[in-house]
Amino acid sequence: MAKTLYDKLWDAHLVTEIDGDGLLYIDRHLAHEVTSPQAFAGLRQHGRRVRCPEKTIATMDHSISTRSFDIDACGPQNALQLKTLVKNCNDNNIMLFPVGDSRQGIVHVMGPEQGLIWPGMTVVCGDSHTATHGALGTLAFGIGTSDVEHVFATQTLRQSKAKNLRVELSGRLAAGVSAKDIILAVIAKLTSAGATGYVIEYAGDTLQHLSMAARMTICNMSIEAGAKAGMMAPDQVTFDYLRDKPFAPKGDAWQQALDYWQTLYSDADAHFDKTIRIDVAALAPQVTWGTNPGQVMAIDGAVPDPASFSDAKQRAAASNALHYVGLKQGMRAGDIAISHVFIGSCTNSRIEDLREAAAIAVKGRVASTVKAIVVPGSMAVKKQAEAEGLHQIFLNAGFEWRLPGCSMCLGMNDDTLQPHDRCASTSNRNFEGRQGRGSFTHLVSPATAAASALTGTLCDVRTL
Amino acid sequence: MRGFTSLSAQAVSLLQDNIDTDQLLPKQFLNAIDRIGFGQHLFHDWRYLDDKEAVLNPDFVLNKPEHQGAEILLSGANFGCGSSREHAPWALADYGFKVIIAESFADIFYANCVNNQMLLITLPAEQIKKLSDIIATKPDSLFHIDLERELLTVAAIGIGFSIEPLVKQNLLLGLDRIGLTLTVQDAISAYEKRIPRFMRGE
Ligand code: SF4
Repeated sequence: MAKTLYDKLWDAHLVTEIDGDGLLYIDRHLAHEVTSPQAFAGLRQHGRRVRCPEKTIATMDHSISTRSFDIDACGPQNALQLKTLVKNCNDNNIMLFPVGDSRQGIVHVMGPEQGLIWPGMTVVCGDSHTATHGALGTLAFGIGTSDVEHVFATQTLRQSKAKNLRVELSGRLAAGVSAKDIILAVIAKLTSAGATGYVIEYAGDTLQHLSMAARMTICNMSIEAGAKAGMMAPDQVTFDYLRDKPFAPKGDAWQQALDYWQTLYSDADAHFDKTIRIDVAALAPQVTWGTNPGQVMAIDGAVPDPASFSDAKQRAAASNALHYVGLKQGMRAGDIAISHVFIGSCTNSRIEDLREAAAIAVKGRVASTVKAIVVPGSMAVKKQAEAEGLHQIFLNAGFEWRLPGCSMCLGMNDDTLQPHDRCASTSNRNFEGRQGRGSFTHLVSPATAAASALTGTLCDVRTL
Repeated sequence: MRGFTSLSAQAVSLLQDNIDTDQLLPKQFLNAIDRIGFGQHLFHDWRYLDDKEAVLNPDFVLNKPEHQGAEILLSGANFGCGSSREHAPWALADYGFKVIIAESFADIFYANCVNNQMLLITLPAEQIKKLSDIIATKPDSLFHIDLERELLTVAAIGIGFSIEPLVKQNLLLGLDRIGLTLTVQDAISAYEKRIPRFMRGE
């Protein structure tokens, strides 16, 4: 029978069934300080051990400082959490990339760049943006702490099978438009819960022109449409990306793996429960105007009138959102003044993202009304950016250049916004208070963020 | 673990779509290393007027005197969307909620609640509205939830709900899911032997 990529990965990892649930084998488990301590504690309580310590890799990213490598820099409670991770990893023989380590980074940036993620794997992490890794042709999804404990103890997870949703992207992006704009447009089309119960496979001729970084940006935000996972069939771009990474297979194993990876695609006549199509060539840069990631407008567009939504619930959501974010219907995106710019997060902090932002930053100076920070996704990205002189471009233009971490994406450290601050952010969530109580978030691409920093308003990068 | 069979309790209604995990439990409370005490911070931004949680917001529904002690929460579509933080269900449970009734739930949130013995019931918008109206007229109405019969009764109306058999069994028996998986360890070991060498990732 014809199979989708998801079907193939599911079948390849099915250990057995328990009462009708599939028991899936997990090839790679990524861990960080926030969602793991209670899982380790649960193991201890039950006298259980980590079944395959070598299949879990841990890093520090959420609750660390972006100004200092000092583990105590963000207060005693954050420090305790970080030290707990060190102890748990030591006690259980788990490899950890702590703050300051050359391999440390945001879990979804670090994993692929270290070559830990291979096509055909199942990948989980106690983090909802685990779908990022689907860009390499994996089945990757986020789990809660109880399931983190389940993976530690059994290297498996009980799952029921999701439905297949195909997002077909056609055409090539115009100048100034990027992968972030594609995924924002996809979420707008699906709505913030439209893919609940589905695994998305992104397909279409657009993909062949996209770098791995761009592909990861797209898969990353699958959860913002409610999807269980997002994935793409691996191709030459994937293989070239992975080839020399530190933890990628080597020698004979590489060749054998490659032979297998080339079988990982949806069969031509495979069944999808739902398909949507987007012509990306016609796409303008996108920006969110509301408090959920499906509330999106084109950068040259205007804040919609809640009355224009035919669906009563969307209408209510729109007027609530406008009330919270302090915007009025009909306002042009370009007239919305911002106070902050954040370039970073697992969505947009890879070297390609920083290059796109730097290419804009070089054209001017950060507006006097704006505070702008650039937070590379990992130590490796930081090093590469500094080798290319990107940090100098940012610094010269008035951006701050920080140390790697999640930073203002969620603000578990001191990178938070104050009430009424308005931020153009390359992160992935614009929920009420996400970046700080009473603050407003507009999700944008790295280029749009950089351009907005220069003009002090949400800015159409194509006009710079 | 204890199982869940039935509940008679007051309900409170927060009819809004897309209530996300940042709203349920904001990030500043995620730096704990244990599972206890999150209930105090549930809905922090809405529930308190200050960051120190000293001043209650009198307008927020959970703060109304008539809704104290509610163990059932009514809400809209896509409840629990956002991050995978299990701290959100921990906060709901610690606050005292045992059942959440909504139009739909986000996937990871749903799984997290199942792992914490919370019952999530999905009902159509009209029925939730009807239940909400009952609470509005008589806030101390007792909702009876019978999991075995998949039946909710309140103020002389009965509403059937349906729940996945596996989830139901898990709740009724209060199963230790890890313990259950460990009973098939042999199958896991056999699977591990079948993984081709080049895909072992060690
Ligand atoms: S960057 Fe943001 S979304 Fe990504 S893992 Fe960190 S906190 Fe989560």
